[in-house]
Amino acid sequence: MCRLSAIISDSYFSPMENIMALETMKEGHDGSGLGLVLRDLGGEFENLKEFPILSGICSEEGLKTMDEYMVSLGFKTKYLWDPEINETGSGIRSRGFYFARAYEYPDWAEAAGEKVKFDLLAQTRLDLREMGMEDESITVFSFWPDLITLKEVGDPLDVGIFFGLEQKSLLAKNILAQGRQNTNYAINLYACHPFFLEGYSTMTNGENTAFIPIREFLTGRGLPGYVGYRSDSEVFCHILHYMRKQLGFPLKYYKDVITPLFDREMTERTDRKAIELIKRVLRPLTIDGPNCVIGTDIDGTIFMVQDAKKLRPGVVGGVPGKYALMSEVCGVDAVIPERDRSKDVFPMKYDMVMINKDAKEIKIWNQKNGSMSTVN
Amino acid sequence: MESKERLDVNGQLTLKELPYIIQWDANKCTRCGQCTTVCPQKAIEPSVTVQRVVTSEGPLPLPQSVRQVSQGIKQVTDIERYCVGCGVCSQVCPNDAIFPEYNPVNKFAFHKNQGGVPHKRGGRRNSTETSTMDKLQFSRISMLTDPALDAGRHEFHIRTLLGRNLAPENMPLTIKDDELGLDEMAFIPPTREIFPIRIGGMSFGALSPHMWEGLAMGVAYLNEVENIPVVMCTGEGGMPSRLLKSRFLKYFILQIASGYFGWDEIIHAIPDMQEDPAAIEIKYGQGAKPGDGGLLMAFKVLDLISKVRGVPMRVDLASPPTHQTKYSIEEAVAKMITSMSMAFGFRVPVYPKISGSQTATAVLNNLARNPFAAALTIDGEDGGTGAAYNVSVDKMGHPIASNLRECYLNLVKIGKQNELPLFAAGGVGKTGSLAANAAALIMLGASGVDCGKYIMQAAAGCLGDEYNRCNLCNVGRCPKGITTQDARLYRRLDPDKVAERVVDVFKAADTELKKIFAPMGRSTQLPIGMSDGLSINDKAIADQLQIKFAS
Repeated sequence: MCRLSAIISDSYFSPMENIMALETMKEGHDGSGLGLVLRDLGGEFENLKEFPILSGICSEEGLKTMDEYMVSLGFKTKYLWDPEINETGSGIRSRGFYFARAYEYPDWAEAAGEKVKFDLLAQTRLDLREMGMEDESITVFSFWPDLITLKEVGDPLDVGIFFGLEQKSLLAKNILAQGRQNTNYAINLYACHPFFLEGYSTMTNGENTAFIPIREFLTGRGLPGYVGYRSDSEVFCHILHYMRKQLGFPLKYYKDVITPLFDREMTERTDRKAIELIKRVLRPLTIDGPNCVIGTDIDGTIFMVQDAKKLRPGVVGGVPGKYALMSEVCGVDAVIPERDRSKDVFPMKYDMVMINKDAKEIKIWNQKNGSMSTVN
Repeated sequence: MESKERLDVNGQLTLKELPYIIQWDANKCTRCGQCTTVCPQKAIEPSVTVQRVVTSEGPLPLPQSVRQVSQGIKQVTDIERYCVGCGVCSQVCPNDAIFPEYNPVNKFAFHKNQGGVPHKRGGRRNSTETSTMDKLQFSRISMLTDPALDAGRHEFHIRTLLGRNLAPENMPLTIKDDELGLDEMAFIPPTREIFPIRIGGMSFGALSPHMWEGLAMGVAYLNEVENIPVVMCTGEGGMPSRLLKSRFLKYFILQIASGYFGWDEIIHAIPDMQEDPAAIEIKYGQGAKPGDGGLLMAFKVLDLISKVRGVPMRVDLASPPTHQTKYSIEEAVAKMITSMSMAFGFRVPVYPKISGSQTATAVLNNLARNPFAAALTIDGEDGGTGAAYNVSVDKMGHPIASNLRECYLNLVKIGKQNELPLFAAGGVGKTGSLAANAAALIMLGASGVDCGKYIMQAAAGCLGDEYNRCNLCNVGRCPKGITTQDARLYRRLDPDKVAERVVDVFKAADTELKKIFAPMGRSTQLPIGMSDGLSINDKAIADQLQIKFAS
């Protein structure tokens, strides 16, 4: 089973904290891969908040192609983070040039609005992905301001050493980490969680049995970002993107989209008519579990939801200023041992746990009675 | 050698030409005569034969030839009175002395066009080949990577939506204080949440009153006691006025077909309706006989039928092959859908039913653009009929699985697979696997399926099969009392027993669907289009359906 490790904090921390938490949960995963999405960056990127960062891996040839393409679009490199790869210490073979490169927008886009800029970033990432797909010369995971994605196959701790993360050159306030390669489909870095699309990211534990109908619904929307799907879990990220960006729903409705209530359970909801309609119209987006989803909204709010039968583990705990969302309690213990464990939250079938960017408190949205409670 | 004259029998047939040959055991027969009385074809008749018997009496063998007169039965070779193999003779025989045996080398088709009239019958396509539906396997089972669901422990919601869904971008929602609201002035197309197996259109007229009543009672019981919301289509010809004005109307889909029979009564009953019907089905085609109209023969049009349909008694009721007003899909069909929607205050889903056809996608694409089209039912070649030309039943039509899949993938391409639900019909449960066939079609993209022949066989013991057995539905002589208006025949059918069996069938199907969906990890939503769950041991079909080939 996959193990998930997410941390949100009001101060910068190293992704090694996530990795060490995965290490404590090692009985539950096979150490076959690591994916990281770091957001709200510190360290070397602390003063580069507004510059979009392209994260990925290139071969020598791919690097040339990518540079030429970025120059042709008018992007100018602002800052480059290329980790000191430690092959011998980690036992992982390097695929080439790993990078997180911050760019200045093309001149014409500098004054443009957010929508134009974000569309440009999304399209550029998709173009690069397409350019490097066939010969695997370019692999790009994300292109977004204040956000870096790292992925590699191998034991999470080894992958951390491979990237030299213990040197603390990369810090962030919001990090999603997942320790295991996708097993239901072929192993491929694009299949490795967490997934990212235009500021939204998710990682998932469990098999998505409704994958094909969901994928077909998403690809039918005619939006360029809904591609890939090397993993059945990628759709969780795209569903989040679709309901937030395209439909403009508040975040808490993610729960109503992926696990709608039975009609008989809706009686306490004041927005019953709206959720009845959503259930009908977005019927193909219903997941059928078993899944635990952890994700981050475009505004930096981190959340955890469970499938409608609550078949997967998940716990949220911490102290004001730092919270961990983990598959297991031992993972939370590894990150925040000093917390009051009696306040740990185990989201059940109706719950959606959310923690805002400021990491002050845990908010629990109860889908059944439509109430929001807080724990701090 | 016989003289030439004795062999000049060109006009006569031998038993070997006939599809069924009666096997009769003279030693077991009590000569009670019941078999000859019940035979719907008068294919057997009492006979007196003279035989030469060699006997020997006394202590020493002294064989002598004796001419003996004996009574028995004889099968006639008149092609119009051919044995249909129904087997009612066996059913009434006290000594098991008689049964019809299928004759695979018969020459029936060479002769059953006497007087220039092609063979007409009811029933289904005489084809014993295994349908694609029956070849499909459910092979994506959640194993050690993830726990499968438990059909006996977890809650399952085996339901589907009948009715148009809005495009997600068109939902009339408002946002206030982080909460969604609904603009109540906006039009939201009506939908019904139903069990995904429906009873397809079989008309009040084609069916006997006892059969129709039994089905209707079973459906009402399923809804009100078992909480399995099965709906049933009336077929053409309306329904009794008393039911139109009852609270049970919500379990019925009212069908309007090219003869518009029964609709005068329906329209007049609208002001008195307590409930809306489940839906309105506009029948443009039928899988068993594409491009052919309907015919309710005069001897079925007795008192009750004439009242329900609003026609005189004892006249042939012909429904034309096409709707007379149908001159183009853009105008006439769209107008008909809109008019029917308007008649019921836009509260009832209105959808067309067509025959499976290579042109189905053209119809589909047009409906996809019509916001009032609530669904599309596609009826494949293995559907049944109460009356049709044999050539239509056997040779016309399109298999349902590939036609449905093509249409579903077409909807996927334009992103409307959830907006316009597809219902598949025609051969569902042909070999008895009702739930498995339904699940397979659902995973290919159907929102639900219709069954007709299955329910007639399971609930009322219909004798028809793919060997041309019985198939007398068109002439009103159904030996089981299912498709007749002759009270002497339909009294053989107990409506209560039919209703009980309808309930049995759907309860069993409900359980079987759970047993299929549970190991595949699906319980809360019907796995519509979950094509990765299917495989087939035929590469060409796998490629066509875009599913996995597994041998």
